[in-house]
Amino acid sequence: MRTLPDQEIVVVGGGLVGAALAWGLARRGLKPLVLDGEDLSHRASRANFALVWVQGKGVGAPHYARWTIAAARQWPSFAAEIMEASGIDVGLRQWGGFTFGLAESEMAMWTEEVRCVAEALGGDAPEYAVLDHAETARMLPGIGRDVVGAIYSPLDGDVNSLRLFRALHVGMLNLGAGYRPHSDVTEIVPDAGGFLLKGAWGEVFARRVVLAAGNGNTRLAPMVGLAAPTLQSKGQILVTEKCAPFFPYTSTTVRQAEEGGVMIGDSQEADTSSIATDQDISSVLASRAIRTFPQLGSVNVVRSWSGFRVKTPDGLPIYECSPTHPGASLVMCHSGVTLAPHHAHLIADAIADQAAMLADKRFSGRRFHVSQP
Amino acid sequence: MQTIRSAEDLAARYDIAIVGAGSAGMAAAAECAKLGLNTIVFDENPEAGGQIYRAITRNTPAARPYLGKDYWRGAGLWNAFSATAAAHVSAAAVWSLEQQGEEAELRVSVSGRSRIVHARRVILATGATERPMPVRGWTLPGVMSVGAAQIALKSAGLLPEGPVVLAGTGPLLYLYASQVLAAGGTIDAILDTTPRRNWLQAAPYLLSFLSSPYAWKGLGLVLKVARVVRIFRSVTALEITGKERADSVTFTAGGKTISLPAKSIFLHQGVIPHANLANAAGCEMGWDDRQKCFAPVIDGQGRSTRPSIFIAGDGSGIGGAVVAELDGRIAGLSAGLELLGKQPSEDGRRYIRLRQKALRGRTFIDLLYQPAPSFRAPVESDVVACRCEEVSVGAIRAAAAGGVAGPNQLKTMLRCGMGPCQGRMCAATVTELLADAQHRSQADVGTYRLRPPIKPVPLSEIAALPHTSDAVYAVTGSHSGH
Amino acid sequence: MFHSLESPKNRVKITVDGKHIEVDATANVAMALLGAGITAVRRSVVGNAPRAPYCMMGICFECLVTIDGVQNRQACMVPVHDGMTISSQSGARTTEEGGK
Repeated sequence: MRTLPDQEIVVVGGGLVGAALAWGLARRGLKPLVLDGEDLSHRASRANFALVWVQGKGVGAPHYARWTIAAARQWPSFAAEIMEASGIDVGLRQWGGFTFGLAESEMAMWTEEVRCVAEALGGDAPEYAVLDHAETARMLPGIGRDVVGAIYSPLDGDVNSLRLFRALHVGMLNLGAGYRPHSDVTEIVPDAGGFLLKGAWGEVFARRVVLAAGNGNTRLAPMVGLAAPTLQSKGQILVTEKCAPFFPYTSTTVRQAEEGGVMIGDSQEADTSSIATDQDISSVLASRAIRTFPQLGSVNVVRSWSGFRVKTPDGLPIYECSPTHPGASLVMCHSGVTLAPHHAHLIADAIADQAAMLADKRFSGRRFHVSQP
Repeated sequence: MQTIRSAEDLAARYDIAIVGAGSAGMAAAAECAKLGLNTIVFDENPEAGGQIYRAITRNTPAARPYLGKDYWRGAGLWNAFSATAAAHVSAAAVWSLEQQGEEAELRVSVSGRSRIVHARRVILATGATERPMPVRGWTLPGVMSVGAAQIALKSAGLLPEGPVVLAGTGPLLYLYASQVLAAGGTIDAILDTTPRRNWLQAAPYLLSFLSSPYAWKGLGLVLKVARVVRIFRSVTALEITGKERADSVTFTAGGKTISLPAKSIFLHQGVIPHANLANAAGCEMGWDDRQKCFAPVIDGQGRSTRPSIFIAGDGSGIGGAVVAELDGRIAGLSAGLELLGKQPSEDGRRYIRLRQKALRGRTFIDLLYQPAPSFRAPVESDVVACRCEEVSVGAIRAAAAGGVAGPNQLKTMLRCGMGPCQGRMCAATVTELLADAQHRSQADVGTYRLRPPIKPVPLSEIAALPHTSDAVYAVTGSHSGH
Repeated sequence: MFHSLESPKNRVKITVDGKHIEVDATANVAMALLGAGITAVRRSVVGNAPRAPYCMMGICFECLVTIDGVQNRQACMVPVHDGMTISSQSGARTTEEGGK
């Protein structure tokens, strides 16, 4: 039995991806309803590292590199737009980002990645520099002796991702979207001219449905003729007490949030389904953070946190409309922060316009089919 | 008793590790040590005794007679504990606890170094904290909790400077007032916020209360205090004002708005379990609707939903010092006998009976002193709910209206609970605010899910712990760690 | 905010924001400060508001001060010792040893 009024369009998932899409759809005058899960649902949006990051992305996939670069360049105007719609400053700082190497082997790996991307992109490649210890130390006088070098890229940056999350939610509501928590969708049944979305909470009919449920898409996508394969990948971060600013840039392993807290990452576990943090990993993270910035040694850690990445087999996003179930589409990616401007604009527009394709066809989930057409 | 002062002196493994050296912890340690088990007690405080028996190891009735008869019961507990072979580590912060296989792993910081200790069973005796009482101005200097003022009296013989105003609800207000009076100090006013209708909900339990040892003692206290101190009853709309420090309180009583000058203002509205460690260890938490708080779910022996972790005393639900002591004995015996492969003993059954008896009257007290909804879930939007991140009631209510899924999503949105106190000062308020604003039960709203470290620990201490090959691989993608 | 009922048998000398005071050797830092007439011990990180010890039992983290060069220590959990140096804090700690 339908427990809610029929909807034109429902977004399944209220994380960074779902909220950005709902924002974009609402901006186009649609009134999307976002169905979201529980307080303790697995949420990558709560455990991200807040980077707007380009460096090293798109090795062997220049279309992804270009997609990412374009999003990063969109960010300043997107941040302004968010501010206008929500009144919330998301604290965008694109002041440059580092990847620190604590061993020559790590430096070699990072260097090869950025070189590969630059080669594939030619003149469109984002600027980067491979720095040795002395060059890194000139930019960051507090850097540790163990840092053998770094990749620096001026386009990289970060936002206050918690504020971004709130701003997208406030903004989408202001623009006319609806939001319903405690509404995990467990079943999607195609129904005359649309879909019945069901869960323990009830049932709603939607003419169109957008799957933005992160790892939850894996289960839902086949119900509308799509595939959303994922690999298990758990990441963990440490968060410190607030400190006076000490690191004006950002990096993949240590960053200082605008409020002062230092976030320390990152790790990857492929063999656990437990959401609890692993204290052995905390020790390694802590040690590498101190080797990078020795002055952090006396700073207190106040929290550890972990989350499951939304990781497709090749790590790239999936943007796809269902070929068999018109009106159903799928949006999933690992980089919900970096790509937010695209989700709110290009992807949401494509969905609003009922375009046949949401993005470059190479982002279709069909790439994972065993026998590709 | 073996006193351990540095992390280096800790063994890698104990039969029983107890966290907290208050009434439950000391009693549990005595029982476990008596069974011949290798027992260690970690206590965050520099001295044993917990908060009820604070400074019991050095106080004497001659020096501080005003602390009252019940307080000196702690001396017996301390003497029994110190006569055992158990190890005692004070100023030790257990910041992580995890069930690992059949055992538990603790990470503990002692004098600037952290260490991993394994224990076959853990007994958490982490006590209670005062329920936050968020009112306008409660962050101002000059405002403390009544428990804090009492700690100052117990451990340093400090009396408050007047005018002194106590506000809130619960027996502690009157106990502290009587101790201050006995010590020669002054209390200028008590603003009792106990709602009048609480008498109605408590009345059916009055007879059982009257047969409890608290009844006449409690009544005596209230009468003694009432003879000397101005008491305002059914107080509402309490607020504290002042610029750099508190200088007055304003409230409504008997239909009138009253302002009083005040230099020392002490707030209290009961105590709730201090269960951060249990929560972070993954022990299931349940809502106690009578005590209006979350408490770890335990069985009759004190076992939590993590089988090697027991929880005793106020940290498992508020019962007071005597119940906590019996809880400690029950959990200690139960965990200990289990390790020895023995059946429950007659002592254990006797403690359970005594505990039943000691709990008599509790329901009446819980219901009578249940804080008013307006003090648990304030409506004034400028009241600070999360003191660390300075998140206001208004911000939380706005997020609640936007449909936030629960306390953990709220934390993501507003940062409440992300500061150094790790939610200790706002978790109760956040649950109540969401329940009130979203018309849900507190049980349904839930509470923060916590993660280690449950006390701030320097990065260098965490870094100095062993780096396992799996952990190195998870971070660097290589087992060597370079 | 408080005065002591007792005349302490053992006193130690400590320095608070450059001022020398004598306190009871059994006190913790928070009690010592309150007993010496010091109420506010820091200004808060987010709102720059004055803050003082609130719970006296390690729960609230309002009494954070710099003790012997170590920042953000809970004054209510640290016993005093002779020669201890205490400074009040304003806003977020620094990553430098000894604070600002």
